[in-house]
Amino acid sequence: MNEIVPVVEMTDIAIGFPGVKALDGVDFRLFQGEVHALMGENGAGKSTLIKALTGVYTIDSGTITVLGAPQQFSTPAESQAAGISTVYQEVNLCTNLTVEENVLLGREPRRRGTIDWKGVRSRTREVLAELHLGHVDPGSLLSSHSIAVQQLIAIARSVEINAKVLILDEPTSSLDADEVNQLFRVIRDLRDRGVAILFVSHFLEQVYEISDRMTVLRNGKLVGEYMTRDLSRMELISRMIGKDMEALAELDHAPARTRAGSAAGLPPFLETSGLGRKGSVSNVDLSIYPGEVVGLAGLLGAGRTEIARLIFGADRADEGSLKIKGDSQKLRSPRTAIDKRIGFCSEDRKEEGLIGDLSVRDNLVLAMQASKGWARRIPRRVQDELVAEYIATLDIRPANPDALIRNLSGGNQQKVLLARWLVTSPELLILDEPTRGIDIGAKTQIQKLVNKLADEGMSILFISSELEEVLRLSDRIAVIKDRAMVAEIKNDDVSVEDVMTVIAGGAQ
Amino acid sequence: MSPLSTLTPPTVKKPSPARSRIRGGARYAPTLATLGLFIAMFAVGAGMYPSFLSGQVFLNLFIDNTFLIVLAVGMTFVILTGGIDLSVGAVVALSMMVSATLLQHGWNPAAVIILVLLIGGGLGLLMGLIIQYFDIQPFIVTLAGMFLARGLCYVISLDSIPVTDEFFTNMAQAQIPLPGDLFVSPGVLLALAIVAIAFFVLHHTRFGRTVYAIGGNEHSAMLMGLAVTRTKILVYALSGLCSAIAGILFSFYSLSGYSLAAQGMELDAIAAVVIGGTLLTGGTGYVLGSVVGVLVLGIVQTFIAYDGTLSSWWTKIVIGGLLLVFILLQRLFARRA
Repeated sequence: MNEIVPVVEMTDIAIGFPGVKALDGVDFRLFQGEVHALMGENGAGKSTLIKALTGVYTIDSGTITVLGAPQQFSTPAESQAAGISTVYQEVNLCTNLTVEENVLLGREPRRRGTIDWKGVRSRTREVLAELHLGHVDPGSLLSSHSIAVQQLIAIARSVEINAKVLILDEPTSSLDADEVNQLFRVIRDLRDRGVAILFVSHFLEQVYEISDRMTVLRNGKLVGEYMTRDLSRMELISRMIGKDMEALAELDHAPARTRAGSAAGLPPFLETSGLGRKGSVSNVDLSIYPGEVVGLAGLLGAGRTEIARLIFGADRADEGSLKIKGDSQKLRSPRTAIDKRIGFCSEDRKEEGLIGDLSVRDNLVLAMQASKGWARRIPRRVQDELVAEYIATLDIRPANPDALIRNLSGGNQQKVLLARWLVTSPELLILDEPTRGIDIGAKTQIQKLVNKLADEGMSILFISSELEEVLRLSDRIAVIKDRAMVAEIKNDDVSVEDVMTVIAGGAQ
Repeated sequence: MSPLSTLTPPTVKKPSPARSRIRGGARYAPTLATLGLFIAMFAVGAGMYPSFLSGQVFLNLFIDNTFLIVLAVGMTFVILTGGIDLSVGAVVALSMMVSATLLQHGWNPAAVIILVLLIGGGLGLLMGLIIQYFDIQPFIVTLAGMFLARGLCYVISLDSIPVTDEFFTNMAQAQIPLPGDLFVSPGVLLALAIVAIAFFVLHHTRFGRTVYAIGGNEHSAMLMGLAVTRTKILVYALSGLCSAIAGILFSFYSLSGYSLAAQGMELDAIAAVVIGGTLLTGGTGYVLGSVVGVLVLGIVQTFIAYDGTLSSWWTKIVIGGLLLVFILLQRLFARRA
């Protein structure tokens, strides 16, 4: 990395939204043939910086220089024309079209103004072969492929335009280890060809594996630019969260708490036996005592979310029984479950949880107002107190009750969603992937909160893809495999390997 | 955070080529179902009334519905982007009123036709610009366009205006003979040419593929750097243009202009497009399907004409039923996929 001219140079960038200053005086450089990681907590401004570079947002001030030429991007097309290509976390392709169209859409080879479909087919084959995707049929619908393949096809699209800069925004968040390796092989290939790659990920190990250099942001400001090999993980994390590691260490070494519920002989809050639904999950025997955290461990797609939906009444069970505080219940709808004081923080916070165009305050009050009935309006003073309290307890940033949800980062949205349920003081809280896609600081806060809630007597059903997290927090672990519950493990000195063994072979 | 313990499925189901081919086939299923329905209805008609089974009955479906075919073509573009155009029926009426009035004042028919096309296309363009730049739902903008166009009809005249122009009457009476003692009207050829052009544009030009991409995921299409803005505006201009052409074809057919003409025709066009297999959410469908959709509507009317005892309102009832069935079918297909 000599001091050659950077491919991309952003200087003194500022972007603001109503109620949020997303970026403030940030500098960023990206060189040819490097993988550069953009690091920071949620809300640090990573996504905003990327969107500034890709023309989705227009910058309020500052300069962007690409290959030595000053640029003023106001649409993604302009940014792409300058050689910048982006693959987003949610694959931004059209699933209703074929693979080849997605690779070449808008740039199809043409003869006299009409698309040369043979040319499209052969060009797509070439590009797919370069990315070791020769087995993908260019004529198949994009929707028939897994997210991992779709993501690689999105990269194929960038390769096709000979992008000078490739931005990968959380590309690995829904990939398994093999797929990550395949992706990294492609990234290294491209880097060696001289492409400048900007990589954003919450997986520290992956960042250390793939990146050469990193830029750290915090609260919309630049912390610094470092060579990856010169910066230890601890140093990186403390720069990202802006405080030392005590908070994290504390949680890791937290002594196993003795949980009140089962010990004190209280009846379980929730008890299911043989609960199931045709075509969904079967054979769920769960019991959750007050003050207890029960973790659901299992592969993605094993049926974890389906179990949560059954318990919450979002899907109706058609076999088995469910008891709440010893009484048999039929949960016909979430409405009934909420009446029984069950809360469900869904996995997909954008689609199922929050209303992006309302403010933090409105989203918080919504759940409580709904439970009180619309006729009795909650006085503004009470609202303000509540909102202020939760913003403080959960450290929601920005601490502005009137900020619109959609302008908040993922981690902070998650906190608002949590707060929304806490406002209704549930007795059982189902948390489905509450820490996915959020940064380590927010993650720690949420884990701490789960501990605290359980200590206060709440029952918690905790679902996460990160096994360490499940082990760290749960008193008992229910293992889910192939859409059925196969084992229940009491969590004393259980290791990740133990659980993996159960998942791998424990069933028969 | 080691990759090892991040629990994701070890193997991702990769659909076998055979399976993806079946899925590929499912793309045509709604349209093929409509085609099957049409053939079945024709067969039933032939069974009940011997004279039904004639080439001319089939061709009359086109002759009597040229304007609807053209409207459905424009509507297909709009619905493929995930939009809707409620103004088309009123624009048809406006086009008829404008041409009837101007012809009555002795204008040259060629000049009249050009002006009408400009008005229709211009109205569509205007609606497209408003939809795009003010980010307003197409439903409400084209509803406003509908009231505007219909209102302008009444401003021109409350009464029916006969068309006596020689070119128009010639077009109304002209028959193009086909082998086997059959014939079609010139309007049919024009409508079919428009269908062919639309098919070509949708499947062989970037504009057409962008239409599909917008319907699939507008945000993605924008991020892919496609000309989303331009395409969305053009689609409404195109629908307006098609409405104007349909208005002229309807003038050839009815030889008059009347403010109350083509009432609810926008809904017939939407019904034809949906019955033809295009998803109202956009991104999936074929213009040829829309043509079959029009034929299905036409054959229902033919049935009722043959029966002679049924009220013509039965057409509406049957169309309503069919629409419901097809939307349910689409939902089923979408669930499977």
